[in-house]
Amino acid sequence: MQALRRKLDELEHKLFAKGKPLEKLYPVFEMHDTILFTPGGVTKGSTHVRDGLDLKRMMITVVVAMVPSVLVAMANVGLQSHLAIQGGAKPLDNMQEAVYAALGMGYDPANWLANFVHGACYFVPLLAVCFAAGGAVEVINAIVRKHEVNEGFLVTGFLIPLVVSPTLPLWQMALATIFGVLIGKEIFGGTGFNILNPALVARAFLFFAYPAEISGDKPWIAADFSKVDGFSGATWLARASSDGMSEAGLGSLNLMDAFLGFEAGSMGETSAAAALIGAIVLIVTQIGSWRTMLGVCLGTIAMASLLNTVGSTTNPFFAVPFHYHMLLGGWAFGTVFMATEPVTSPFTDIGRLIYGFFIGVLVVLVRVINPAYPEGMMLAILFMNMFAPFIDYWFVQGNIKRRLARHAV
Amino acid sequence: MEHYLSLFLKATFIENMALAFFLGMCSFLAVSKKVETAIGLGAAVIFVLGVTTPVNAALMHWVLKPDALIVGLDLSFLAFLTYIGTIAAMTQIVEMALDKYAPALYGALGVFLPLIAVNCAILGASLFMAERDYTIGESVVFGFGSGLGWALAIVALAALREKLRYNQVPVALRGLGLSFMIAGLMAMAFMVFSGIQL
Repeated sequence: MQALRRKLDELEHKLFAKGKPLEKLYPVFEMHDTILFTPGGVTKGSTHVRDGLDLKRMMITVVVAMVPSVLVAMANVGLQSHLAIQGGAKPLDNMQEAVYAALGMGYDPANWLANFVHGACYFVPLLAVCFAAGGAVEVINAIVRKHEVNEGFLVTGFLIPLVVSPTLPLWQMALATIFGVLIGKEIFGGTGFNILNPALVARAFLFFAYPAEISGDKPWIAADFSKVDGFSGATWLARASSDGMSEAGLGSLNLMDAFLGFEAGSMGETSAAAALIGAIVLIVTQIGSWRTMLGVCLGTIAMASLLNTVGSTTNPFFAVPFHYHMLLGGWAFGTVFMATEPVTSPFTDIGRLIYGFFIGVLVVLVRVINPAYPEGMMLAILFMNMFAPFIDYWFVQGNIKRRLARHAV
Repeated sequence: MEHYLSLFLKATFIENMALAFFLGMCSFLAVSKKVETAIGLGAAVIFVLGVTTPVNAALMHWVLKPDALIVGLDLSFLAFLTYIGTIAAMTQIVEMALDKYAPALYGALGVFLPLIAVNCAILGASLFMAERDYTIGESVVFGFGSGLGWALAIVALAALREKLRYNQVPVALRGLGLSFMIAGLMAMAFMVFSGIQL
């Protein structure tokens, strides 16, 4: 350990310190240095914080909370692909399939190891591209603007691959990541200053710029099923919004599968169970706000129940009860990992409840009455991100007024 | 009743004046530095829109339309002039009222208060009203709805910009540059409503 530390210090002196040849690349050096060693600075004087929770620990905790989602994502991508192939579809003709075929594990949906490896063949390249593209943007920014590389991208880099389709072309992944990091975060000053969730900005960019690769019924299953009759790769929400509750709709849905996440969809979003584990981790470590999550639940229940009561003769989706909304699509993943993002949600306690509530209301509203989008989680959160500072403003001003009144003589 | 409600929601959210049509951009970007001022301007716009749209609708139905005043007389070539006149008069009333009752807000709004008269969102609402042939009742709802939508947008932008004051924004983007970026991102988030059929 000591030898490594000495080596690093020597490197810093020789190459990266002020006036040395690689001075400009100091942020890159600093990034690797802090990965290996915690910064040596300690507080002096009498004031001490109770807990050394820094950005790095916070981000790592979120990544840990995301691990179940990642694992289920990989298993499910393989499972869906193998089920389709069992039904008569052909494997896709791409690089990922070539790698998997070289491993020679076969296409049996009952073989969980094969499912998992097949899914990893799709997930890992997307993750790698995302980190390469986003990391490059971060490092260039740090060098140009002369600050240290922040850990903020660590979470964003895991989130983006989890919210896209497994068959997304890698160049689109790179483009979306660059857009999300640059426009969603860096132009506002970097980590901690963004107004919208960068991962969702990246996804919204993909959704509006390349809709063919991230909506409809083609992209969710990594297999070529175009020649198979009667097979649909559409997500349950898309089926429900096009067919309503008819036999092709939610009637044949196995709720347990929906809960565990064995359905078609974006890679990480399908499993409510994995998101629930993540939620527990985030709430216990107090990193994700339980108020936001509770707010989203309440909003969803309230709006879904309201629509159930109102009813509609033309739109059978009105009758879908709230627990279906919670299990299907990106509701669980969005609630746990997207809505709770501390920078873009309000800072006040009541504000968080209200912010969550409106996300829940909007999600149900968009799913049910907006025929343009079968899923509404992404845009609902982006929309409420936009109003988060105003919610804060409202409650802070109210507090100031109340206290002024209390102390008025 | 349901018709009016859906028209109201449509005007406020789905066809938001600021973020779906990008009307009234000058004051939207210029008066959104502070939430307090933005609320003031938003309220003024709600009032002016809510009053001028039905007044213009009445003028259109009973004076300007072909055969409305006298059979054979078509005054619709005067439409623009009349609309602008109504808007200018209403703005003048708001200005005088604010000067008397809320001088602080009057000072903060500055030149943008009289400029409501040439705010494209307001003339836009009157022209949409004429084009879609709204009745008087519909135009009241439409005017208030689009005013509320515009006010919501400017207040949200102002709150965002107040928060951004503490950011280390790249020097080249500070001020208006970043506001344009935010307006674009806000419009993207407002897409959540596009496509809703009411």
